[in-house]
Amino acid sequence: MRISKIVPAGAGAAFVVLLAVLPLLSVSLPGILPGPTYTPGALQLLALCMVYASLALSYNLLLGTGGLLSFGHALYFGCGAYGLGILLERTDLSLWPAFGLTLLAAGVIAVVTGAVSLRVTGIPFAMVTLAFAQAGSVLVRRNPGGLTGGEEGLSLATEHVPDALVGVVHTRNLYWAALAVVVVAYLVVLWMDRSRVGHVAAAARENELRVRALGLQPYTAKLVVFVVGGLIASLSGVMYLLLQSGTVPRSVGADLTITVLVMVVLGGVGSRWGAIVGGVLYTLLNQRLTLLAGSDAVESLPAVLHVPLSEPMFILGALFVLVVLFVPGGIAGTAAKLTGRGGSRSGTTVLETADSERELEEARP
Amino acid sequence: MSTIVLLLATGLGLGALYFLVASGLSLIYGLMHVLNFAHGAFLTLGALLGYAAALRLDATSWPGFIASILVGALVGAGVATLTELLLIRPLYERHIEQVLVTVGLSLASVALFEGIWGTDPTFIRGPAWLDETTGILGARVPNDRFVIIGVAALVLLAIVVFLRRTRYGMIIRAGVENRAMVTALGIDVRRSFTLVFAIGGAAAGLGGVLAAHYFGYVSPSLGGSLLIFAFIVTVIGGLGSLTGAAVASVLVALLQQFANYYAGGTGDFVIVLALAGVLLVRPSGLMGKAA
Amino acid sequence: MSGQVLVVDHLAVSVAGQQVVEDVSFTVPATGITAVLGRNGVGKTSTLKGVLGLYQRTGEVTLAGERIDALPTHKVVQRGIGYVPEDREVFARLTVSENLALAERQGSATRERREMVDRLFPDLVQRRDQMAGTLSGGQQQMVALARVLLNDNLLLLVDEPTKGLAPLIVEQVIEALRLASATVPILLVEQNLDVVRRLAGDAVVIAGGRVVHTGSASDLLSDELLTQRLLGVHAESGEVRP
Repeated sequence: MRISKIVPAGAGAAFVVLLAVLPLLSVSLPGILPGPTYTPGALQLLALCMVYASLALSYNLLLGTGGLLSFGHALYFGCGAYGLGILLERTDLSLWPAFGLTLLAAGVIAVVTGAVSLRVTGIPFAMVTLAFAQAGSVLVRRNPGGLTGGEEGLSLATEHVPDALVGVVHTRNLYWAALAVVVVAYLVVLWMDRSRVGHVAAAARENELRVRALGLQPYTAKLVVFVVGGLIASLSGVMYLLLQSGTVPRSVGADLTITVLVMVVLGGVGSRWGAIVGGVLYTLLNQRLTLLAGSDAVESLPAVLHVPLSEPMFILGALFVLVVLFVPGGIAGTAAKLTGRGGSRSGTTVLETADSERELEEARP
Repeated sequence: MSTIVLLLATGLGLGALYFLVASGLSLIYGLMHVLNFAHGAFLTLGALLGYAAALRLDATSWPGFIASILVGALVGAGVATLTELLLIRPLYERHIEQVLVTVGLSLASVALFEGIWGTDPTFIRGPAWLDETTGILGARVPNDRFVIIGVAALVLLAIVVFLRRTRYGMIIRAGVENRAMVTALGIDVRRSFTLVFAIGGAAAGLGGVLAAHYFGYVSPSLGGSLLIFAFIVTVIGGLGSLTGAAVASVLVALLQQFANYYAGGTGDFVIVLALAGVLLVRPSGLMGKAA
Repeated sequence: MSGQVLVVDHLAVSVAGQQVVEDVSFTVPATGITAVLGRNGVGKTSTLKGVLGLYQRTGEVTLAGERIDALPTHKVVQRGIGYVPEDREVFARLTVSENLALAERQGSATRERREMVDRLFPDLVQRRDQMAGTLSGGQQQMVALARVLLNDNLLLLVDEPTKGLAPLIVEQVIEALRLASATVPILLVEQNLDVVRRLAGDAVVIAGGRVVHTGSASDLLSDELLTQRLLGVHAESGEVRP
């Protein structure tokens, strides 16, 4: 390993260690965290940030590496949350076997839906993945056989879950588990990006026909990326269930996919740490804006200001539009520009190449 | 027999609504390669403001009903035009970012509607005749179905005449085939972008008013739920094909109704299965350009 | 200035961020036919598309004294450029008459021109209401040529008009181009050297994204060694091979 690789890896490891000891410290970040870092409230929020950060990482694998604009990614998150929830409630399996079975099921669903969706590319792919996720969402809301709890959602059956992961007093353990999930997600995504499959998928994003001409299988590579992304998403879903002691239909729906898309675009498409920052930032913003919406200060404003400000999704949606229009590389792209490091691909380039492969082919007789 | 007639009428009514949304989506995608997530918001705003106009005049009167339809169409066209000019045009040719902008717009606008009108559905009233039924072969078919089907058929006819008989229609048809070549003939194709957005928005706004009567209520989430089925319709019909959108709207809605009735409420799954089946056999959809 | 209708100076063209034409400079005289030659894939088509603005370009392009390199495609064309693309690119689902009507630019197409086009391509008059997609390759080429001849242009860009056509049709195309060149200069990309020899006065040879030779077409094609070196063919054999 060269120095240039060791330094960031070392900094990353140090940061993870810092996060790991956070529950033992008393750090206050007023306005961001609801209390000092050892309190359950703060740890719960930080752990939720990590759940979304790992989900965003998995989505960035699809969009950033594979150039796959999926509108159905929440399906796999929901598979994780509902899969584990149902297994724990309906069977006598303990946590680990149920967890393994959940990932297996999510993997199978990802393979089947991915194999069909990848028959088309670009925008049609987005629509097809959306349709699959919608089917999942409808299924969950319909509450077949009382399995999913319908609109009410499903709460975590705790009999087979180790005590150390249950209850407010153990929030600290859940926090560490969420940290482990995000680290695993990061390492898997990193490994995918550097693997042969990742390279083929990325090359296919740039120029599919050329990859085929080299005798490689872009379809298989994209499917692998899709399935691995789905597995990480379901891992995040599992963590979500444990952390929130339950799950609601929203965790399968198009809304969640769009939320993740917003996180990744905010952070900067194609950047792993951008996805993490996007996931964390979005979660914190959403939390703070919801508090702001209910505050007296906002209530007392005239309706013209009070109505939009009391809707967090309005502010986040508008922010998203502004980022897409005026900050094309997101946070990571802007940071790269400011520090003058042109090495990493900017979000715009990634999005452009995801889209314009066909035109390039025309240009080359 | 009467059940089948009722299911057919209800299915055709729902298909008509799908078509009003899908026609615009398909034209916009065909010409501009933009997947418009904000289309549901155009529909919702059309429905909300359309009903507000009806209330002004007396919602149970025919003038009120007609005013709501006109207002819905105008609002849809207006907001769609603004969307194209302010959000889509600056991102010319950056298709994925154009999709992202419509996603953001749809998030923000639905939240804004919730802030203004509340999240709960408002149950609406219309002219009494709409709520009555007409007997066909023993089935009692609600009258609003006929109005919805009739209006959608008129919209289809109007769009076809526009596409066949006018110069702008010709430009749009040519642009769907090969946009670069249209500009290479000296034609500013961007004007027709605004136009298809306006047409699609008008159809969606109109669809919103009719959907409110079909379902019996308006709510900020009205557009979102129809939009997803409209997406499925446009993919099955073939992106960019108006005929495909019309045929697929009817097929999908009928399939959904019959599966819901005869196969225990599985309509939505049957449709997704149909989508998967169509994609496996014909990835470009029933009437799409060969891939 | 009067001698040249088009001046291309340091033109670079890129598609999806990849450069396909590096640095091309040449001029097109105000009369006659100028051929653009080169092996397959050197960027002849991309050069034309760069001039039109269909692909992203940098550099200077001047049409009859006016800079057009910052204009969008439709404005470039409105300044007076007619484009006959490779593979014709007629609108398959529009009728022949719709294809032609779409091409007519305001204040540029006149009745005389319409009549001239009808005389030149009587086949198309009969097939007015037929979908252009159902025409033969030769008939589609007639539509593509008619589209530019309907307008009053300063310059025509014609890309491989004889590609894939039967010898008899090739003769018709040559005739149409010869007739057109009496009133408007033409920049012609053509692989068939026999066609070039019969039509072109000047030739520009592109290789590796740059212009490597300019001069009289007949001088070039009569110099066996030079043709061989630049185009990889014997001038006698006619067709350029990759």
